[in-house]
Amino acid sequence: MADELSKHFLELTHIESFYGKIQALQGVNLYVDKGEIVTLIGSNGAGKSTTLKSISGQVTPKTGSILFDGKDITKNPTHVNAHLGIAQVPEGRRIFPRLSVRENLQIGAFAERSKSIIAERMERVFGYFPRLKERLEQKGGTMSGGEQQMLAIGRALMMKPKLLMLDEPSMGLAPIIVEQIFDIIKEMNKEGMTILLVEQNAFQALQLADRGYVIQTGNIVLEGPCSELLTNQQVREAYLA
Amino acid sequence: MLQQIIQTLPQVLVDGLTLGFIYAVVAIGYTMVYGILELINFAHGDIFMTGSFVGAGMLFFLLSIGFMSSVPSLILFIIIILVAAIVTGVLGVGIERVAYRPLRRKNAPKLIALITSIGISFILEDAVRFIAELKTGNYILTAPPMFQHRFVLNVHSVFPFFNNATFQSSFLVVSIVTIIMLISLDIFVNRTKWGMAMRAVAQDRETASLMSINVNRVISVTFFIGSALGGATGVLFLIQYGTIDPYIGFILGIKAFTAAVLGGIGNIRGAMFGGILLGVLEMFAAANLSIITNNAMDSGYKDVFAFIILILVLIFKPEGLFGKAAVEKV
Repeated sequence: MADELSKHFLELTHIESFYGKIQALQGVNLYVDKGEIVTLIGSNGAGKSTTLKSISGQVTPKTGSILFDGKDITKNPTHVNAHLGIAQVPEGRRIFPRLSVRENLQIGAFAERSKSIIAERMERVFGYFPRLKERLEQKGGTMSGGEQQMLAIGRALMMKPKLLMLDEPSMGLAPIIVEQIFDIIKEMNKEGMTILLVEQNAFQALQLADRGYVIQTGNIVLEGPCSELLTNQQVREAYLA
Repeated sequence: MLQQIIQTLPQVLVDGLTLGFIYAVVAIGYTMVYGILELINFAHGDIFMTGSFVGAGMLFFLLSIGFMSSVPSLILFIIIILVAAIVTGVLGVGIERVAYRPLRRKNAPKLIALITSIGISFILEDAVRFIAELKTGNYILTAPPMFQHRFVLNVHSVFPFFNNATFQSSFLVVSIVTIIMLISLDIFVNRTKWGMAMRAVAQDRETASLMSINVNRVISVTFFIGSALGGATGVLFLIQYGTIDPYIGFILGIKAFTAAVLGGIGNIRGAMFGGILLGVLEMFAAANLSIITNNAMDSGYKDVFAFIILILVLIFKPEGLFGKAAVEKV
C-alpha cells in the first residue's frame, strides 16, 4: 500500500512530535527525492533537529506518517531505520570518545558482516577524508572538531546509506573547514547520495542544496528551489542578514 | 612485628588471591551494568548466590543418581559450573526484561531502578531460601567436599624469612577458572564486534542506535555475560568455602561493588584489579590486624580495614584507580 502512496523517496506528512508535553513539530510536511540535496534551515529551537530525529526514529512522532523507500517507517525504532539505509550525522558529531578512529568507522558498518566489504567502504571513506587514515589508532575523543566531523560523516558512510542526514555539520568549525566539508557533501551527492542537510548557516546551505525548507516554531513556513529562497525577501531578512 | 608479618605473607597472598579472584569476577558484573546503564544492580550479589545454590543443587542431584562414582570430579565440576552459568545468565536477562527495561522505556529516574534492584535482591534471597528449605529442610547447605587435596608451597627453603603456605586443590581450580573468565571477557570486550558494540552503547546509547545497533539486545547480552560470570563464581565459592546460605550474596556483593568502585566504576580491567587488590588487602588485615594493633583489634575487623583503604583511595582519586569516565561521559 505504501508503495502506491509515496511518490517520493522520503516523505513526511503532517508530522507532530513532542518532547514530553512540549510540542516541537506542529505538522511538518516535507519530501526528498532520490539524488537531491535538500536543506532545512531555521533558527535555534525551530525544530530542525527534531525533524531529523523523527525521521531516524530517535523521536517517535505522535501523528502523521513518514514513508521511506516505499515503506512506512513512522514508528520504527532507530536501529531498524538505520538498517533500512537512513544515516544521521548527529548534532555535535557524537563521536564515541573512547573508541579508536578505526573502531568508530567499523561500528558504522555494524550491520555488515563481510570483512572485505567493510574494508572496501573504509577505503572509500579515506578517499573523501585522507586525514582519517593517518589517525586510525587515535581515540576519537582526542581529535579536533573538524576531524571529528569528518569522522562522523565517515562513520555514517560506512553504513552505505541510501539517505544521509546531516545535523549542523558546520557547527563550531572554522570557515575553511566548513568549506571543505561542504565540498565533500557536494561530491558525495554527485556520486549519487541523497542528502538532507540541516543548517543554521543558511546562506551556505542554500547555495549547496537543490531545494530548501524554512522551519519556524515547528512549522514549515516556506519551501522551494534554493535559487528562489536565496532571493526571497523574508529569508534574506531573517536568515541571511 | 615486621618479621611476623613478613612470615605470613605467602599464606596471605594465597588466601587473598582466592578471595580476590572471586571479588574480581563479581565486580565485573557490577561494572558492566553500571557502564552501560549507570545502574548499580544490587541484585547482582544475589545472582552470585543463586549460582552457588544452582551449583549445589546440581551437585546433589548428580550424586543422587550415582553420577559421581563413575566420573572424575573435574568433569562433574565443569558440568555444574556451566549449568549454573547458563541458569544465572538467563535469570539476569529475565530480571532486566521484567524489572529494568519497563523503567527505562518510561524514562524513570535512576533512583527508581536502584530501589527496584534492591527489591529484586530480597526476592532472590527469599526465593532461594524457600526452595532450599523445601528441598532439604535447611537453607544452609554444605556441599560434599571436592578438590580438597592439600598442597604445601615450600617457600621457606628458598626464602627463609617466609613461612610455608598451604592451599587446597580448589585454590588452583578457582584461580584457573577465574583467570580464564577474566581473559576471555577482556578479549570479548576489546576484540569482538559485539564487545565493541557494548563499549559504544556504554559511551553513547543514542548514537549507537544510529549505527543499527539494537541497544536493548546489547543490554541483554551484557546482563547475560555479567550474570553468567557471577553465577559461575558462585560455584567457585561453593567448592572453595563449602558452606553457603541465601545471604552470602549481600556482603560479598557489597565488597565486589566496592572493588568495582576502587578500580573505577564502569572500567572492566579496573574491576578485575580492584577485586584482586581488595581480596589481598582483606586477607592481609585478617592475618595481621591483631599484630599491628597489639591485640586491640582482631581479624573480625578486616572489613573495616578494607573500607578504610577504599575511602582513602576515593578521597585522593574519586574516580577510582583506573577511572576516567566522569569527564568524558556526556
